[in-house]
Amino acid sequence: MRAPPRPLPSTPPWRDTRVLAVAAQVAVLAVVAVAAWLLVGELLSAMAARGLSFVPGFLDTTAGFEIAETALDYGPTDTYRQALLVGLANTIMVSVVGVALSTILGVLLGIARLSDNWLLSRLTAGYVEIFRNTPLLVQLLVLYFAVFLQLPPVRESLAVGDLAFLNQRGISLPRPLPGLSFGAFAAIVGAASVAAWALWWVARRRKREGRRSPGLRRLALLLLVGAPTVAWISLTEAPIVLELPQLGTFNLRGGMSLSSELAALLVALVLYTSAFIAEIVRGGIQAVPRGQREAALALGLSEGAVLRRVVLPQALRVIVPPLTSQYLNLIKNSSLAIAVGYPDLFNVSTTIANQTGQPVAVIALVMVTYLILSLITAAIMGVVNRRAQLRER
Amino acid sequence: MSASGLILHPAEPPPPAARLGPAGWARQHLFNSRTSGVITVLLVITLAALLAIIASWALTSARWGVVTDNLRLFLIGLYPPAEAWRPWLGLMVVSTLTGFSAGTWGGPLRTTAVWLGAAQLLLAGLMLASPMGPVPAFGMVLGAGVIGAGAMAARRRPPSRRLLRWAWLGSLPLVWLLLGGITDGVVLPPVGTDLWGGLLLTLVLASVSIVLSFPLGVLLALGRRSSLPVVRILCTGFIEVVRGVPLVTIIYLADIMLPLFLPGDVRIDRVIRAIGGLTLFSAAYLAENVRGGLQAIPRGQLEAAHALGLGAIAIHRFIVLPQALRMTIPANVGLFISLLKDTTLVIIVGLLEILGIGRAVLAQPEWLGAQVEVYVFIAVVFFVLCWTISQASYRLEATLGVGRR
Repeated sequence: MRAPPRPLPSTPPWRDTRVLAVAAQVAVLAVVAVAAWLLVGELLSAMAARGLSFVPGFLDTTAGFEIAETALDYGPTDTYRQALLVGLANTIMVSVVGVALSTILGVLLGIARLSDNWLLSRLTAGYVEIFRNTPLLVQLLVLYFAVFLQLPPVRESLAVGDLAFLNQRGISLPRPLPGLSFGAFAAIVGAASVAAWALWWVARRRKREGRRSPGLRRLALLLLVGAPTVAWISLTEAPIVLELPQLGTFNLRGGMSLSSELAALLVALVLYTSAFIAEIVRGGIQAVPRGQREAALALGLSEGAVLRRVVLPQALRVIVPPLTSQYLNLIKNSSLAIAVGYPDLFNVSTTIANQTGQPVAVIALVMVTYLILSLITAAIMGVVNRRAQLRER
Repeated sequence: MSASGLILHPAEPPPPAARLGPAGWARQHLFNSRTSGVITVLLVITLAALLAIIASWALTSARWGVVTDNLRLFLIGLYPPAEAWRPWLGLMVVSTLTGFSAGTWGGPLRTTAVWLGAAQLLLAGLMLASPMGPVPAFGMVLGAGVIGAGAMAARRRPPSRRLLRWAWLGSLPLVWLLLGGITDGVVLPPVGTDLWGGLLLTLVLASVSIVLSFPLGVLLALGRRSSLPVVRILCTGFIEVVRGVPLVTIIYLADIMLPLFLPGDVRIDRVIRAIGGLTLFSAAYLAENVRGGLQAIPRGQLEAAHALGLGAIAIHRFIVLPQALRMTIPANVGLFISLLKDTTLVIIVGLLEILGIGRAVLAQPEWLGAQVEVYVFIAVVFFVLCWTISQASYRLEATLGVGRR
């Protein structure tokens, strides 16, 4: 007698990967939820007991404290919201200027590091090692105390001609101000730029169709440079006047002033970040095979053209991603402003946290702001990266 | 004649060595073109001027007494002088292990060992010049001696590598116990972390945070690559948020919020709060390093392991993680260096690590205005530490062959 056919061996649910995957997720979610429930419960009751809250309900209250340097209008009678915005504006200003300057210095250092001049390349290497291996905060403090606070007092300011003055309080520079004919000048420059852009666009389209049009591009360039020059010369009143700083008995009046704190912060950020950028640039250039350079030279390209058209475009592919993270680091490191008392976002927010007694809400708001700044920077650099990457056909 | 019948090519003679002499060398490396010559001259002038300014300050007007007089503070902070043997013994434990490891593994660890020994001898010299006197200086010399002796002993009779690894792992809680003491202990009376300071606190913060962040970072990296969306989103979110905000905000937040998570009567001291912040921070960065290592493992290995019938845990335990973690060692050493530098940020919550001690020293009336001396000394200490570790890391990269295999 034959045995009845056995049912096909099916996978039991506890061995089925599909079931297990869902079960694992549910389990993780459950653990996270329970932990969050317990912790958040504890947190909320502790916060309630101390009168703390996540909601920044104080934003429209009068701040009542002074901010030394403001890019936006601000006075002690303004609200906390305005104070935070002033701090944010300062952070953005430091970040943008810092990123620009450290890129320039970093690229120069990276190229110098590869120089065939032994002294130059060794010195650059020494610079990179020193700045990468000491804390930024210590560098900032050394710079602030050893350089910027050692400058003479205001009355004995170091003068660079009539243009700039250096003293303990900072650096005074000429400030460009719009002159009487600024409107007309701006209109001419604007029109010329639009026309140049249109010509450039036509030239690009023609190029895509396979026709060369060097004349168009030259005309565009001429418009871009020539129109402002001609306008500047022909207008009787100067469109932009420089307001020079004036040395008074106790103070410097007029001009544009950079406080010692801001100057120290900027210089420290730039020196530190450029050491990292220099290594990235060096690595990028070294990643381009030597043969490429030699082949381009053999084809008769000039040294400059080889660097511009062969080496750098390829090096950029390697350089851009780590460069992005250096830019992000610079933005985040600008929060060290608190060590020298420059009123950036973090510094202002600690003052607000102390005054309002709501540190949790303040710091959460600040963290979200930094996160958004980081995301914006990452998005911009993402576009740059996509343009730098190899477009394969 | 070779037994296998293969014809062995005679080694090619090396190319004739270029004989240049100093003048020829200078012509080739410093004055190889007109621009290069101008650059060399300008650099020499600038460098000479800069060195002259620095040297005249450092040798004549600098008040280095601020460093030597306060050396104990810079090294161990407010740690009770009567208990100062405990940090020293901790250093001895680390020195012994470093010595044995250098003798066993050689390579980059030997560089580290040599530098650790040199640093202790240097400290001994500084201590002799300071009010601390000859006894701690002798202790430092002993530490350097232990490194050498350990290395030699390990070369003669190599200890079990596994034992050595466990000893390293065990040394951390041991040193912590040694420093913190035992409640009601007679031999080891408790020393609160609020008294830990100076270089001691800097090193404790950095090493404890990196060790604690290691398991967390590996889990986060695995979670980020998980096929389970819930796990992936949670891990990615954590990593990206932490990497998107400045460390100072995390330290500040940890200082305010960590006590709030615990029931009211449990007190959590400031050092632990700072370690919590630093650990979360470095775990996110470590996770990204580990993710890089995980991505470098060829898919074929996973598939082969699957085909052999290994489960997910076994695959990660025996195939993926050993290779991935090995690959990420240099990147993680880099992370440790930046973490070491970042510990200076804990002054934001008032901890007295070496920079905080520096500020406290500057508040003493007799050392007003000696900021530059103090900060330059601290910069030099960090430079020696970080540069040494980075040199060892370069050698490590060469030994591991990262990027060449």
